[in-house]
Amino acid sequence: MAKHNITVTVNGEKHTADVEPRMLLVHFIREVLSLTGTHIGCDTSNCGACTVLLNGKSVKSCTVFAVQANGKAIMTIEGIATNSGLHPLQEGFHQEHGLQCGFCTPGMIMRAHEFLGKNPNPSEEEIRWGISGNLCRCTGYVNIVKSIQYAANKMKGAA
Amino acid sequence: MIPEAFEYLAPKTLPEAISYLQQYGEAAKILSGGHSLIPMLKLRLASPAYIVDINEIQGMEYIEEGGGYLKIGALTRECALEESKLIQSNYPIIFETAKMIADPQVRNLATVGGNLAHGDPANDHPATMLALRAQVVATGPNGKRTIPIDDFFVSLFETALQQHEILTEIQIPIPPKGSGGAYLKLERKVGDFATAGVAAQVNLDKKGVCQGAGIGLTNAGAVPIRAKQAEDSLKGQKPSEKLIEQAAQLAQNEAEPFADLRGPVEYKKAMFKELTKRALRLAFDRAKGGH
Repeated sequence: MAKHNITVTVNGEKHTADVEPRMLLVHFIREVLSLTGTHIGCDTSNCGACTVLLNGKSVKSCTVFAVQANGKAIMTIEGIATNSGLHPLQEGFHQEHGLQCGFCTPGMIMRAHEFLGKNPNPSEEEIRWGISGNLCRCTGYVNIVKSIQYAANKMKGAA
Repeated sequence: MIPEAFEYLAPKTLPEAISYLQQYGEAAKILSGGHSLIPMLKLRLASPAYIVDINEIQGMEYIEEGGGYLKIGALTRECALEESKLIQSNYPIIFETAKMIADPQVRNLATVGGNLAHGDPANDHPATMLALRAQVVATGPNGKRTIPIDDFFVSLFETALQQHEILTEIQIPIPPKGSGGAYLKLERKVGDFATAGVAAQVNLDKKGVCQGAGIGLTNAGAVPIRAKQAEDSLKGQKPSEKLIEQAAQLAQNEAEPFADLRGPVEYKKAMFKELTKRALRLAFDRAKGGH
């Protein structure tokens, strides 16, 4: 089958590659771009470990083909810190012990990234609903919710 | 999991997409939101030679009222329904349906058209569209045709769409004054298909008498089920707990769920009864303006 030439902006940087149409976006990110912060958990669009932002919307990159991202912007966990330091969400997960094994964390943070953009002042229930597509098998979610609240507060302060 | 290799086509216009469907026939599958198709490709339950990605076609994502209908473009994402002020305020039944589909990331891509065209009785929109007596617009080489929702679901994963047709719009008659609706879904966890789901839409006249009712059942058989006897039992009656109880019993009788990991038939039927009761109570309250 013919390969397709795609151009994708990942974390602000343009990448061009020839990909098979059946290549999943998560494989493109991990194996072609070597950005292994995006994890593959269930590979069935249940767990949310592979969540990235596609044109600003959180999506499960195990259930999107790389060709579908042609011409679009992707943000992964590697793209959210700046020269001035960690993103408030990264800081929140650090401060509030929002992770134990850390496998779900990149997906949690990318999902929370879009969520806080739309709802900067969420209730606990809204946060729990907002991350309902992300599974964590360690924390019981309590500290993840606190981490997102920490980030929300910090981001409000900065605004 | 890696799908079998396929040729990827990304038409920019509807006629171009339809021409691919004519050219490749059974070998082509339409990719919309992809959250039913891509898992099936990965599991190799489907291995089409051609994927026609319709996401590049402009002008198919909209939610608007006109000509007596609420019109929803087939590529409208579930998240757009959730965020639409019009849906939130005037169509709580659709809002509740969209909100219960899968999870936030999936709803960012999944489309209303895909949810219907997939023909899966476990999907949530079919029951709601039955309750609302919607119709769908199919566009093919000879133009458009309108299909009433009752004729749309033919059998498991089979719809009235022809091989060369694309579902392009969903049309819902704007409910008259005094209407209310609700969608309730029982699921084991977020993202699961319904153990049971019930969509109920009712209309009351000025005297509080039920003039019309629509009840659709999710995952209650090989196709989405209309609980017709339950609907008929409500017409011409004033809502009461007794009336609701009777209608829910009829809905339970009309449900033909299969036993699976979500439970045995007996349990599911009991859940259809309970959810029908709750959905009807909510729908009647909303019709009275009680919410």
